[in-house]
Amino acid sequence: MQHKTEGVEFWPPLASLSLIDNMGTMIILSSVTVRYGGVAALGPADLVIQPRQTTLLIGPSGSGKSTLLRTLAGLTDYTGTLTVDGEVVTDWRALRQKLGYVIQDGGLFPHLTARANVALAGEAFGWPREKIETRIGEMAELVGLDMVQLARFPAELSGGQRQRVGVMRALLRDPQILLFDEPLSALDPVTRLRLAGELRDLFARLGKTVVMVTHSLREAMFFGGCVVLLRDGRIVQHGELADLIAHPADQFVTDFIAAEEAL
Amino acid sequence: MRALPVLLAALLFAPQARAETVGSKAFTESVILGEIAKDTLEKAGVPTTHRRELGGSRILFDAVKARRIDFYPEYTGTLRFELLAAQHLANDAALGPALAAQGLALTRPLGFSDSYGIAMRADKAKALGIAKLSDLAQHRDLRFGFSNEFVDRKDGWPALVAAYGLGGVRVQGINHDLAYRALNAGQIDLTDAYTTDAEIAAYNLVVLTDDAKFFPPYDAVFVIRSDLSPKARAALDSLAGTIDEAKMRALNRMVRMDKQTETAAARAALGGGAGIDNEPTRFERIAQRTIEHLALVAAALALALLAALPLGVIAARHRRLGSAVLAITGVLQTIPSLALFVVLIPLLGIGAAPTIFALFLYSLLPIVRNTHAGLTGIAPALLDSADALGLTRAARLRRIELPLALPTILAGVRTAAVIAVGLATLGAIIGAGGYGQPILTGIRLNSTPLILEGAIPAAMLALLIEGLFTLIERRAVPRGLRRP
Repeated sequence: MQHKTEGVEFWPPLASLSLIDNMGTMIILSSVTVRYGGVAALGPADLVIQPRQTTLLIGPSGSGKSTLLRTLAGLTDYTGTLTVDGEVVTDWRALRQKLGYVIQDGGLFPHLTARANVALAGEAFGWPREKIETRIGEMAELVGLDMVQLARFPAELSGGQRQRVGVMRALLRDPQILLFDEPLSALDPVTRLRLAGELRDLFARLGKTVVMVTHSLREAMFFGGCVVLLRDGRIVQHGELADLIAHPADQFVTDFIAAEEAL
Repeated sequence: MRALPVLLAALLFAPQARAETVGSKAFTESVILGEIAKDTLEKAGVPTTHRRELGGSRILFDAVKARRIDFYPEYTGTLRFELLAAQHLANDAALGPALAAQGLALTRPLGFSDSYGIAMRADKAKALGIAKLSDLAQHRDLRFGFSNEFVDRKDGWPALVAAYGLGGVRVQGINHDLAYRALNAGQIDLTDAYTTDAEIAAYNLVVLTDDAKFFPPYDAVFVIRSDLSPKARAALDSLAGTIDEAKMRALNRMVRMDKQTETAAARAALGGGAGIDNEPTRFERIAQRTIEHLALVAAALALALLAALPLGVIAARHRRLGSAVLAITGVLQTIPSLALFVVLIPLLGIGAAPTIFALFLYSLLPIVRNTHAGLTGIAPALLDSADALGLTRAARLRRIELPLALPTILAGVRTAAVIAVGLATLGAIIGAGGYGQPILTGIRLNSTPLILEGAIPAAMLALLIEGLFTLIERRAVPRGLRRP
């Protein structure tokens, strides 16, 4: 159990990380800072994201949780170092190959059918057609979509179906890391609950390193795992949710938890 | 699509094809003289192309200097007082050396002068015994109705008064076109006229002899390149002295009043009445012009697409460069089209090439602007998704950005196409053909049917292009992007 505020953690020496490797992918952020036009949007942040676990990024809007997730996907410029699988990331294209990214409402391309959206994940790395087709078949079964639904355009699918296609696309390359940015927030309550349950089962079954942004403590509670609480671009507290509730690091954490419980 | 480069090449290089090329100005007499020259040369075994109604004197003069045409009909007065005015030539004899310095020469005069003159009804002149301008001094009670321009020009009426001692005569200003009718109706007795005006023949008028040699000569000649083939030059010189004022008036009348073609008038001038049979029918004319017009628009649009798409992409990628690109294409759009056509003549000559280039410039803005707007309007989250998928910049552009921007880009191309169809009619002024040709001729001959022969197909083509783009949008825009 680690209680941590930023920067006070002892990092395992890099040489020992290969031991962790076969257990899944660990992500280590060290003094990672993101600036938008001179204003610090994130950090400096130090964080270890544990392998084969679901880590939830939580905090009020503007706290930097989405920025943190986007940084993990290589979508922002940052200073500091990001270490994945024991190696400092320099080649983003190579990293993206083992990374799946899903945003609110799936982030599907409206001009492509659901199937073409999914296939793109393989085509981006020059996969042969048969390999893509085989994977599409497997993944469709996994997320519960049929070929008729896959032939539709995003606008012709329901919100829940779009999100399933988004998950399918993220899983196609069988990545070690899955990044989710509020994947459930655009859904109606019934669909949200069903999809949340399926995702949780999926994560448990696949054993991926999952990082998910959510603004809801309830959602965090549902998925379990580690919680990273952010405020104004800084990591305020990091640990098991129950621990956060039992031992809030400061008044902000207390207030945040109280507010979530009240509504 | 594959035929397009061939078509382009044909259009761009066609004007340089070797055969003698005669040009004519955009008025009836010049076109008739062009036709006469063409027929004469072809009878002498020299294949000749006649590029009709290319524009005004300056355009024709520049064209022959730039070797875009080989010769054209001109007037000595125009050369002295307009084209070579800076040299202050004392008389027509000085024209030869002045032109030789520019690689040009004159043929011998055709036999008529198209200058200012004073016209009067033939019956009245005969009754009063008036034949010469100097006779007017004895008839100060006549009603003088002159065009406002002639009354105001320093070398017009005031100078004429001085030359012929007509001081104290009362003059009324009158619209030139109305003057002939007023003269015919007996409301005025005298008016200023061009000596070869068709109306002089039609209304049975006489032009009083300028016995004091007051009006400078505007003798009709051909301005030729000095190195014109001897055979062609001899053929043109054979026309010397064969057309007098009366004959020219009759020819102008055939076209302007009797609605015959310039070709028919030229045949009549050369003594062969036949030959009207190989005039193209109206349908053939429209078909030919449709091809010309479409070729101009298609070539310009193809070039504009090739240039504007990359420019739009660059503009969307680099904000500062983008605003510069948009500003420049915006400025191009504000250049008056006539001015642009004329400016392009020294650079690209006359005909299809400068027209295509001008249309190309005007097509840039709508396509660049819409490409830019389409690309910058894509939701950032979608671009994030594309990047996270591992698409390279090129793949992202090709597979995500351009398809998403396609409806906006197509709307820009549609706008450019419709604008180009309209503007291409102006190409006729510099000899590019197309629907502008009958409109131009129709305006010159005051013939509504001819104007409509160009205007109606042009409007229909614009509608057709609108329809075509609706179809293209239906086919090219994926179902997912269509508005429900």
